[in-house]
Amino acid sequence: MILDFVFIMVILSASIGQMLSRDWRWSLGFLGTQYLGVFGFVQTIWPMNLAIVKLISGLIVCLAFATSQKNTTAFSFSETSWPQGRLFRLLATALILLTTLSISSQTSAWLGISNRVGTWASLLLMGIGLLQLGITTQPMRMIIALLTLISGFEIIYAYVESSALVAAMLVLINLGLSLVGIYMLNTDYLENVD
Amino acid sequence: MSASIIWIFIPFVLGFILWLLPYKRLVIGLGIAISVILALTAWMLPIETPLNIGNWSIKISSTMTILGRHLILTPTDQPLLIFLYLSLVFWFISSSIAGDNNKLIPSGLLIISLLISALAVEPFLYAALLIEITVLVSVPLLKRSNIPRGRGLMRFLVFQTLAMPFILFSGWILTGITAGPEETTLIRQAAIFLGLGFVFLLAIFPFNTWIPLLTEEAHPSSAAFILWIFPTIGLLFGLYFLDTYSWIRESNYLPIFLRSSGLLMIVTGGIWAGFQKDLKRIFAYAMIMETGYSLLSLSIQGTRGIDLFFGLLIPRILALLLWALALSVILSKTSSAQFSMAKGLGRKYPFSATAIILSHLSMTGVPLLAGFPIHQALWERLGIISLSGAIWFAIGTIGLLMCGIRSLAVLVAPSNERFMIKESWPQRIFLSLGILMLILFGILPQWITSLTIRFPLMFSHLGR
Repeated sequence: MILDFVFIMVILSASIGQMLSRDWRWSLGFLGTQYLGVFGFVQTIWPMNLAIVKLISGLIVCLAFATSQKNTTAFSFSETSWPQGRLFRLLATALILLTTLSISSQTSAWLGISNRVGTWASLLLMGIGLLQLGITTQPMRMIIALLTLISGFEIIYAYVESSALVAAMLVLINLGLSLVGIYMLNTDYLENVD
Repeated sequence: MSASIIWIFIPFVLGFILWLLPYKRLVIGLGIAISVILALTAWMLPIETPLNIGNWSIKISSTMTILGRHLILTPTDQPLLIFLYLSLVFWFISSSIAGDNNKLIPSGLLIISLLISALAVEPFLYAALLIEITVLVSVPLLKRSNIPRGRGLMRFLVFQTLAMPFILFSGWILTGITAGPEETTLIRQAAIFLGLGFVFLLAIFPFNTWIPLLTEEAHPSSAAFILWIFPTIGLLFGLYFLDTYSWIRESNYLPIFLRSSGLLMIVTGGIWAGFQKDLKRIFAYAMIMETGYSLLSLSIQGTRGIDLFFGLLIPRILALLLWALALSVILSKTSSAQFSMAKGLGRKYPFSATAIILSHLSMTGVPLLAGFPIHQALWERLGIISLSGAIWFAIGTIGLLMCGIRSLAVLVAPSNERFMIKESWPQRIFLSLGILMLILFGILPQWITSLTIRFPLMFSHLGR
């Protein structure tokens, strides 16, 4: 129970941090922290040696992103969509937080999951991922949003499915998404390397 | 030897190797040769029947087991394998004639092999994961370096990714239902998740906004290939669900849902197309309508609906190939596909202009073209089931037809330039052959029937 509280705090801080950060270093830091939270919940259901794969793959994703970034503080493109303010993002995050909290017990009952905190963490990540997808047009941020959404799904899916093959394929999808993000940012260089 | 090794693993590995080869001509030649060989083997090699060559005896087994999961390709899947690999041959020829940057060849092999594995995998909820991996593999094919943001590509990625959790979750719920079909609450929940998954996967209205954006951004051949393969495999994946779960197949709501969503796509696609001023976007809306026609055909119960569904495949790929090639030829010399830029291009590109117009009209279902017999049959069946549905079908079709007439007016508009053919000989020959096929299939529709007659045998319940 205490561990659940610690991990939900990790996920909560990572989600809020990710919504507010503009610098890619911070964003990737929060993404890494988020994977730590995901691992925390998954290891309560799956064997440790399988659960740790989620953490390692998540960290590889963050490292791959970090090595592909140019020496600028923000992600490659400036945001054009409205609104961009931190206050709006904070309020929207709070809204997602409250909504997911209110539906978590019902969802837990429906899915037959005993750990309500785990369900909340999952719904929160999916909600934050969707929110980010809705308010950004930057390819890199969109990829991070998709990774967040999939992370949320991975927690809830871990409760109902413990297949190693599914876990492996989800890892492959996470790594694939990061490669796609890197490719989208560096197409010019990768396609005209000669 | 397993069938999966021949038609999944070998093309996957070869696709990967072709990606690494720097020689354009070699890649084109090898890509076409590999696809021809794979189509021929699918046609000639029997699965699960011993084949004696001299003292050797080979038997291709249908099942391959990987980590406790099975990849199953049975003899009834062979017509589909022939169709997919033969289509790939034409895509590759078309792409090389169009002067594409030959990314389509390695990507095409990778995409086809992954999507065949998605259809072959058991339990088939793994297909959602394989389709998602295919989406990721297709990004390099669609990304162009001169379009940094790629809004259409990002939406494609997002919507296709959103499909995966819904389908995986519905798969989990469905296993519970198999144990006790009387659980109506579970059935409702599974249906909602499954429906949402397929709405994203098949780009059903309103989640189809990425299609026009993607056709604007990507190379016409690449965009057309993706817009052909993903809905085709997505629909076949949906058919496997229908075939497996009798409660979905026999649900009273299923035909209504399929008919409504199909008509919605036809009507919105047709009306939107009517207002477009860009040849690429028109192409996108025609493709949206094609998915609508497929959904509509599936709403017709019994074997008739399935026959119509498979009957649409060949006229569609023919029109799509021609349209994409013609657009690629025109766009290789002009900067934009806007009507303002395309005015009078029929004088310089008469073969391409003819191909665009005839493909467009075939997709509309104009008589004497490949699309007509099947569209007419579909419309007739729809009229028997729902008169209002048939009227909406007509409205959508009129929208696309009007758009075709506008395109024709633009392409043959008077201009100061002299009549001069700028297409190369291979382009002229390929386009002419395509146009001829479009007309021949329109006059002799029984040819299409003879080609697709074995397709429904893939399913144990639907096609029987």
